[in-house]
Amino acid sequence: MQTRSSTVFFKYLLLIALAALFLVPVYVIIVTSFKGLDEVTLDKMWHLPKGLDFAGYKEAYDKLLPNLRNSFLLAIPATALSALMGAMNGYVLSKWSFRGSNLLFALMLFGMFIPYQSVLIPLIQFMQQIELYNSIPGLVLVHVIYGLPICTLMFRNFYVGIPTEMLEAAKIDGTGFFGIFRRIMLPLSISGFVVVCIWQFTSVWNEFLFAVTLTTQKKQPIMVALQNLSGSQIVHWNVQMAGALLAALPTLLVYAFLSRYFVRGLLAGSIKG
Amino acid sequence: MGECSSGPFHWREGIMIHRSERAIPILMLLPSVLAIAIFVYGFISWTGYVSFTDWNTLVRTSHFIGFDNYKFLFQDFRFQSDLRNTLAFTVLFIGLTMLCGLFLARMVDSKIKGEALFRNIFIFPMALSFIVTGVVWQWVLNPTTGINLALKSMGVSNPPKWFTSTLIIPKLHLGLIDFGLPVAIIAVALAAVWQMSGFAMAMYLAGLRSISEDLRESARIDGATEKQVFRKIVLPQLKPISMSLIIILAHISLKIFDLIYAMTGPGAMFVTDVPGVYMFETTFRGNHYAQGSGIAMIMLLLVSLLIVPYLISSFRKERE
Repeated sequence: MQTRSSTVFFKYLLLIALAALFLVPVYVIIVTSFKGLDEVTLDKMWHLPKGLDFAGYKEAYDKLLPNLRNSFLLAIPATALSALMGAMNGYVLSKWSFRGSNLLFALMLFGMFIPYQSVLIPLIQFMQQIELYNSIPGLVLVHVIYGLPICTLMFRNFYVGIPTEMLEAAKIDGTGFFGIFRRIMLPLSISGFVVVCIWQFTSVWNEFLFAVTLTTQKKQPIMVALQNLSGSQIVHWNVQMAGALLAALPTLLVYAFLSRYFVRGLLAGSIKG
Repeated sequence: MGECSSGPFHWREGIMIHRSERAIPILMLLPSVLAIAIFVYGFISWTGYVSFTDWNTLVRTSHFIGFDNYKFLFQDFRFQSDLRNTLAFTVLFIGLTMLCGLFLARMVDSKIKGEALFRNIFIFPMALSFIVTGVVWQWVLNPTTGINLALKSMGVSNPPKWFTSTLIIPKLHLGLIDFGLPVAIIAVALAAVWQMSGFAMAMYLAGLRSISEDLRESARIDGATEKQVFRKIVLPQLKPISMSLIIILAHISLKIFDLIYAMTGPGAMFVTDVPGVYMFETTFRGNHYAQGSGIAMIMLLLVSLLIVPYLISSFRKERE
């Protein structure tokens, strides 16, 4: 009995130590972001701030607000559109499959693994041609298209679980392709939509390569602005850390409130990164 | 959403469809298919074409020069360094993430109190952007202070230089570069492991929960120790998950760009440079579009070598 309770004790000790280790960067962000100018020196980086100083947040907020707005204007429509298209594709591929549809699906899926560097140069030329270069709608288009494979995959796997007999019964009653989608599939896929939307919102919000190559200055989403902020020598660390927290806040909040769905998305989309 | 199945795909017959009903579903799928055809396959072909031209200036030129860009890359100090770094990063990143993920999953799965809290702490970095991770870890691993300050106070007199180290162990001459593990890569890999091990944990946790307790129990009754149960029963059942994890993590690692770009950049003597960073800089800072295309095509090739067999085998398996 003695040894048993001591192993339990050590197990918790180890878990708490690991959790603390995982939270070290969070400690650093929070502590630094609340420091005043005189405290943000390297040798004091582990110290707690003397008091709560919001100057860092104020400066970061003023600098990043336009980019935060850009990111919302980008991520929300891109998420909604990819989810809707993914649902339709998933519906067709799972319930109205045709000869060659599986091959088509496989060819689509390949698109989610490619390094985007391999499409970047023509993509930029193309966006310039259709005059969507350096615009939020342009980035929305790009994210919707390259998000199609993963969204299609997630909905397809979700819809396979809906019994076909049910749809067949509806079909005999005279419900058509769209009727079945609207009246049976959509109402049954609320949780599917939550999972896909969380996944897609997080990916689009956090994305960097398309953002940095397809937009400049005023149109830049938050991650590009954060990278510029941290690359700048004249911006103080408290501002950088406050900026990092502001940039991460939307996805962190999504995670905090919907972590169950977030994890389901991770696993369902587990053939993506 | 089928999270517990070993493969990502599920096959089942769809609705019985009459010939006359085929048009609408195909029509609805068409925009996506066309978009992917153009934006994925069309653009890849175009990049491939550019990589065989001499478009290495701001003004576009398109003389066909065969494999010259590729020859240049493979004889380039920076690209050779990139290949070494990618290899080192991939091995470290996959190995540590999987070990860490499995360990955390075992800990969290051992009927503890506050399981949800611990799970959430280990997974939350997945919600962050690689940019945020890079910015923060650059600060944490800052060699002049950062974690070294804590190490020094614990009595470590000569703490590591983390991502500023130019050390390569062992130093083997190969081509133009010193081959080995660049110490600076360890720092970058640590940040990546921090971000991704929660994901590995979630995957393993789903796997552990799908192993029936009866099986483990009966092995224990037969006199197996906990270690044996883990080795002989649990590990083999987790193999498909480990395989998926290797594929996912490897393709992330081959493509990695933003984390390194935000955290260290190419580094002194290119000790933390990777193809993604080189491609970005040579294309968009140096206007070497053809060379950039060459790097992108090599990245695509590496990823394809991994992904295509995986896709084919997943489809075969689910079709049975």
